Amino acid sequence: MPTNVTMPQLGESVVEGTISKWLKQEGDAVQAFEPLLEVSTDKVDTEIPAPADGVLLKIHVPEGETVEHGTLLAVIGQVGEVLPETDEPVEPDSRAHLQRASNEAKNGSQPAPHNGKTEYTGHVTPVVARMAVEHKLDLAQITGSGRDGRITKKDVEAYLEAEPQIAVAEAETSAADPWETPGSGDLFKPTVDYGSENDTEPAQDHAPLPTAPTPQRIHPVESIPDAAAGELITLSPMRKAIAEHMVRSKLQISPHVTTVFEIDLAAVLAHREANKAAFAKQGVNLTLTAYFVTASVAALHAIPMLNAQWTDDGIYLHHVINVGLAVAIDDGLIVPVIKRAGDLNLLGIARTVNDLAVRARNKQLKPDEVKDGTFTITNHGVSGSLFATPIINQPQVGILGIGVLEKRVKVITDANGSDSLAIRPCVYLTLTFDHRVVDGATGDGFMLTLKQRLEGWT
Amino acid sequence: MPQMTLIDALRQGMDEELARDPRVFITGEDVGVRGGVFRATQGLYEKYGGNRVVDSPLAELSIVGVGIGAALAGLRPICEIQFADFIHPAFNQIVNEAAKFYYRSDGQWRVPLVIRSPYGGGISGGLYHSQSVEAFFAHCPGLKIVIPSTPYDAKGLFKSAVRDPNPVLFFEPKKGYRAIKGDVPDDDYTVPIGPARIAREGRDLSVFAYGMMAYYTSIAAEKVAREDGIDAEVIDLRTLLPLDKETILSSVKKTAKALIVYEDNRTMGYGAEVAALLADEAFEYLDAPIKRLAGLDIPAVPYSHAMQERFMPNPDTIAAAIRDLASY
Repeated sequence: MPTNVTMPQLGESVVEGTISKWLKQEGDAVQAFEPLLEVSTDKVDTEIPAPADGVLLKIHVPEGETVEHGTLLAVIGQVGEVLPETDEPVEPDSRAHLQRASNEAKNGSQPAPHNGKTEYTGHVTPVVARMAVEHKLDLAQITGSGRDGRITKKDVEAYLEAEPQIAVAEAETSAADPWETPGSGDLFKPTVDYGSENDTEPAQDHAPLPTAPTPQRIHPVESIPDAAAGELITLSPMRKAIAEHMVRSKLQISPHVTTVFEIDLAAVLAHREANKAAFAKQGVNLTLTAYFVTASVAALHAIPMLNAQWTDDGIYLHHVINVGLAVAIDDGLIVPVIKRAGDLNLLGIARTVNDLAVRARNKQLKPDEVKDGTFTITNHGVSGSLFATPIINQPQVGILGIGVLEKRVKVITDANGSDSLAIRPCVYLTLTFDHRVVDGATGDGFMLTLKQRLEGWT
Repeated sequence: MPQMTLIDALRQGMDEELARDPRVFITGEDVGVRGGVFRATQGLYEKYGGNRVVDSPLAELSIVGVGIGAALAGLRPICEIQFADFIHPAFNQIVNEAAKFYYRSDGQWRVPLVIRSPYGGGISGGLYHSQSVEAFFAHCPGLKIVIPSTPYDAKGLFKSAVRDPNPVLFFEPKKGYRAIKGDVPDDDYTVPIGPARIAREGRDLSVFAYGMMAYYTSIAAEKVAREDGIDAEVIDLRTLLPLDKETILSSVKKTAKALIVYEDNRTMGYGAEVAALLADEAFEYLDAPIKRLAGLDIPAVPYSHAMQERFMPNPDTIAAAIRDLASY
C-alpha cells in the first residue's frame, strides 16, 4: 500500500512552501522519520521526514516549486510496487490547475473549522440581549455572522446602522411609554424594589416566625359577610408594599396639600413637532414626558425646597435632582428614577425616559434604578383624568401630577388689551406637597416656574 | 532617543536611583563583584562601592529580612532575589512582615522596600529557574506588584518602585531581558504604579497580558491584523496590584470580548481575577465567553526544549486564541 507524502502546514498561518531540495531520489530506500526533503517558507526552513519505511517511488513536485499545504509531494511504497496508471503524469503547466482542483475537493469535503460544534441554539450573549431590549429589536430579523450563525454585537450594530429608521419607527408605533398608558386605577406609584422574585414571596423575609406573636389582622377574610359570594385575590409582595406605603405616607407622615395650575402647551407641542425627526435620527423617541421632566428640573433648581426631605433635625436639601417617573405595570406600579436629571438636556432626558420605559415594561429594572428619587412625576392624564391629588412618595416632599391634554377655549388678551376666544392645547398640572416642609406660596412658586418654562419653550 | 534592552534600561534605573538618593542600596546574591547572574547590576559595585551594592549570603529569608530592617531604619533597600523560584524561603518575611507593617502599626511604620526578581520560562532554565510567582503575592493586600514588558516601563516603573513608601515586588520577564528592545530616554522620568498601558488600540477584542506575554501578545496582535484583519486591543497590565480596573472594563465595554494571557499555571492564576472582574462588572457588555490562555497545570516549566515550548504561550498560540475568540 503506497504512502503519500504531502506538504505539511508549517505554521499557524503558513499555507504554502517551496521544495528547496529532495534529499532522496526516486528509487532510493527510505526509513520512517528519515529526512526526505527540505522545504522553505517565508517563516521557516525545515526538513520533512519520511512518513513510512519503503522506497521513494515517485516525486511529484520538483525542487524550486511552491505549492499549497496538503499538495501531494511524493509517494513511498515497497520495492517493485507499481503505482496505479490512473496517477496521471503531472506536467508543470497543468500542475497549478490540478492543485486547485485537489484543494477545492479537499475544501469541499473538509468540515468547518469548528466542526463538532452543535448547531446554533439561538442563545444570545449578554451584550446582544441588552442591545435588543434597548433598541426594541426583533432578533429574528438579524442575520448572525458568528460561529454557528450566532448573532454578534457587530451584527446588531450593523443592523442598527443600516436600519435606523426601522428601529425608530418600530419604537414610535409600539406601545406608548408605560406611564403614558392608563394605569390600573392607581394614581400614585411607590418606589419599591422590583425584581424577578416579585411573584414569589421570599419566605424568610415575610413569613412570621412560628414563635412570633400573630400580628393583629384588621380585615380578616372571616369578617367578609359571605366569603363564598366573591373571590379572594392574594396579595403580591408589590401590592403589599404599595398598600403599606400609601397608608404610611398619607395617614402617618405627610400632611398633603395640592395646588392646581393650568398650562398652555402650544409652545411645547410646536417644539416637539419641529424636533421629533431630529431626535428620531439619534434613536430617541421625543415624548411629552421628557418636557415635563426637563421643566420640573428647572423648577426644582429655582425652588430647591421641593427637592428636599424632612428630618427631625431639619430640612435636608438634596444637591442632586433625581426625578422618579411613576409607571403602571401589570398588577401594580413602579417608579424608575432618572438619576442626576439636572445634568441632562432634553435629549439626554428623552433618551433616559425611553430606556427606563422599555426596561420597566420588560421588568428589567435594577433595584438601584428605582431608588434615590428626590421628586416624582405621575401622568394620570393618560387615563383621562383632568387633575388628581396623588400621594407623596416618601421621603420626598412633592409629587407632580399631569392631567389629560385637551383643547380648550380660552380668552386671549392681545397686546392692545382686546380679548378674543382661542382654541388652545391645555393641561392641568397639580403639585401635591408636604406642608411640613413647603408652604402654599413656595409650592405655587414652583408651579409658576414650571408654567413659565413650559409656556415659553423655545 | 537611545535604543536599549530591557535589562540595560533597568540597570540605568538602578544607577540613577543610587546616584539620586544616598539611602538607596542594593543587596542580593552575586549582585556586587559579579554584577548579578544576569548582569543586571553590572558596574554598579565598581561605581558605588561595597556599602551600596552588597553581596548577600545564599539566604533569601535573610535578604528580605535585612531589607525590611533597613527600610524601617530609614534606608531604601533594593533586594534582588536571583530567580523568582528562590523567593519562597522569604515568603514569610514578605507576606507576614513587609506587607503588614503599615497596617499593623496603624500607619506609623512603613517599609519602603523593592524586591527585584527575574521570573518566567523560555530560557530552558528548568524547574528552579522558570517559575512565575506573581499569583502567590497578588493575593496579599499590602504589597504592590509590578511587571514591566518594555524597557521604557522597566526604568520608569522601577524608579517609581524605589520611591514608593511601601513594599513593591518588581518581577522582570527574564526571557525579555535582552530580547525586548525599545526607546529609553536618559532623563530622570518615572512611570506611575497603577495604570495599565494600552499597547495597541483595537475594536474587535481585548487581550490582557503582562511581562513576556504582553510582548508576545503585541506580536500576535500585529500578526492577526496583517493576516486576518482582526483588530485586537492589547492591554499591558504592568501593575498587577493594585489592578487598573477602569482600563480593563472600559476596553471590554468597547470590544465586548476578552482574552487573558499569562504564562503562570492556568488554574488559580492571575488571569482568573481579571476574568472574575469582567464577569462581575461587565457582564452585560460581553459578546463571548471570557477566555484564558495560560501555562499548563503541571508542577513546573519543563527543562526539555520541546516540552517547554508546549508549556508556554507564544505568539502563534496567542494568535490562534485571538482568531478563535474573534470568530465566536
